[in-house]
Amino acid sequence: MSKPTVLVIDDEAQIRKLLSITLQAQGFEVSEATTAKEGVSKVANHPPDLVLLDIGLPDQNGHEVLHHLREWYTQPIIILSVQSSEEDIVRALDYGANDYLVKPFRTGELTARIRSALRKAAPAESSSVLAFDDLVIDFAARSVKKGNELLKLTATEYSLLAMLAKNEGKVLTHRYLLLQIWGPSYQEQSQYLRVFIAQLRKKIETDPNRPVHIMTESGVGYRFIA
Amino acid sequence: MTRWLERISTPRQFGLGIAAVTTMVLISLAVEPWVGYQAVAFFLLVTVSVLALFLEIIPLVSIAILSAVLWDFLFIPPRFTFSVGTRQDQLLLLMYLLIVLIHSVLSFRIRQIQREVQKREERARDLKFYNALLNSLSHELRTPITTIMGASDNLLSTSNNLTETNRAELLNEINTASIRLNRQVENLLGMSRLEAGAVKIKKDWVDIHELIYTTLAQFEPNNHQHIIKVSASDSLPLFKLDFGLMEQALFNLVNNAIQHTPAGVTVLVHADCVDEKLLLAVSDTGPGFPTKEVEKAFDKFYRAKGARPGGTGLGLSIVRGFVEAHGGTVSLRNLPLSGAEFTISIPTEVTYLNRLKNE
Repeated sequence: MSKPTVLVIDDEAQIRKLLSITLQAQGFEVSEATTAKEGVSKVANHPPDLVLLDIGLPDQNGHEVLHHLREWYTQPIIILSVQSSEEDIVRALDYGANDYLVKPFRTGELTARIRSALRKAAPAESSSVLAFDDLVIDFAARSVKKGNELLKLTATEYSLLAMLAKNEGKVLTHRYLLLQIWGPSYQEQSQYLRVFIAQLRKKIETDPNRPVHIMTESGVGYRFIA
Repeated sequence: MTRWLERISTPRQFGLGIAAVTTMVLISLAVEPWVGYQAVAFFLLVTVSVLALFLEIIPLVSIAILSAVLWDFLFIPPRFTFSVGTRQDQLLLLMYLLIVLIHSVLSFRIRQIQREVQKREERARDLKFYNALLNSLSHELRTPITTIMGASDNLLSTSNNLTETNRAELLNEINTASIRLNRQVENLLGMSRLEAGAVKIKKDWVDIHELIYTTLAQFEPNNHQHIIKVSASDSLPLFKLDFGLMEQALFNLVNNAIQHTPAGVTVLVHADCVDEKLLLAVSDTGPGFPTKEVEKAFDKFYRAKGARPGGTGLGLSIVRGFVEAHGGTVSLRNLPLSGAEFTISIPTEVTYLNRLKNE
């Protein structure tokens, strides 16, 4: 099997070098672009398996680049951002970014995000059962087991858990979850999401206060971890 | 008192002076038959002397001259004329005018000098403050930079005779130093965002348990020396807050408690809801805050005497900034037995939706 290819679009030479070395060592094939223009043309000519896009490029607004790429490029795009501006991140995710990392980040985190995004992009497995540690979700039977115990979930709790688990490793924004689970008129009603996340954690987490599956991404959304 | 009076506008100073002199003139008119017109000069002199303590030079001199004119017109015989009868009275009037003017100018001059001295002292204090600040800041930034440069130079040097253990140690030092540097830069950025008024607050419903435990999770990998406890009732409502800002504020408070108390101390995070207000308190069982410095705790760049290196003195002022952006307050007190307690209080919308049984 050939190595997965990653295109790094970042104007900082040091960052490109760091990412190239790290990712090559992890078994990826890396190509680089310095500007938005160069990046877009590289994506068009040799579509990579994944794009790492710095949102603060000098020649074009990163959100525009993202928007432009998403017109035809369907593989994962991970955003790199200097500021931890939640608004910026949520906007990028709404524009079709698959994930984000705030500089400075740990390289371990970077490779974990890349692997998770690539896994999602791979053809869906036909299995109707997802197993995470002690947690087993059977989509066909609409049942959730923790260890040997069958959990009693309400319909909404189940939909929320299924949505998060199917997107394992990926951050889902508050708005997205509200839209998918509750519908368009609930997009600003985040109180429901808070309440159901708390209820769900009480049922599926061993210690609801120290969750290992449903992780909070401050001001952005939730991420399910296997 | 003089400071407060100095802020009075010039027209008001005139008004005040005229009122004082008029009052004294009326009293003098009443008692003049018993004390004689010469004594009236002393009454007026006392009045102007008192005014000299706080009036500006122009109103003061005008009032002084006015008092001389009034004394002449109303009291010196022949009365109700500006003419002065005897040579003795002419001399008295002249002396009065001179004394009252010299007195005015002198008192004013003294106050001016006093103010200059005060200003100079303040400037010296500011300068000392900024020097101390720059020293501590450059120390806090340079220490990790020195470590990174030194360790990486060492690793790069072809002539080094480092053992595998040494190499691993140096790499570890670089890692630790970069984390420290990052934290300092975070704080400086947070402060400059606050100073520039660039902190945009975005309120959303917050589950306070989620906020507390998400914040505390950041301490778990590194904190082996302090016991962190949480007390928050399950029946607390949801609050409308900016999650990110509150997370940073709470992080700074807990971090502050950990940094400034010895190992083994318990840090307690307590949340409550009183009158639609969120109360979020962080207390510890450490030695408490130096009593004299409690008021200064939230000042920018303030660092407690003898504090461990590694801080910029910005953490608590950032807490105050973020809490005030919510329209709330943060306070500090020492607990009766031992330890310090920081309390954030924020008036906010609440909903008890989480108490309902949801389907």
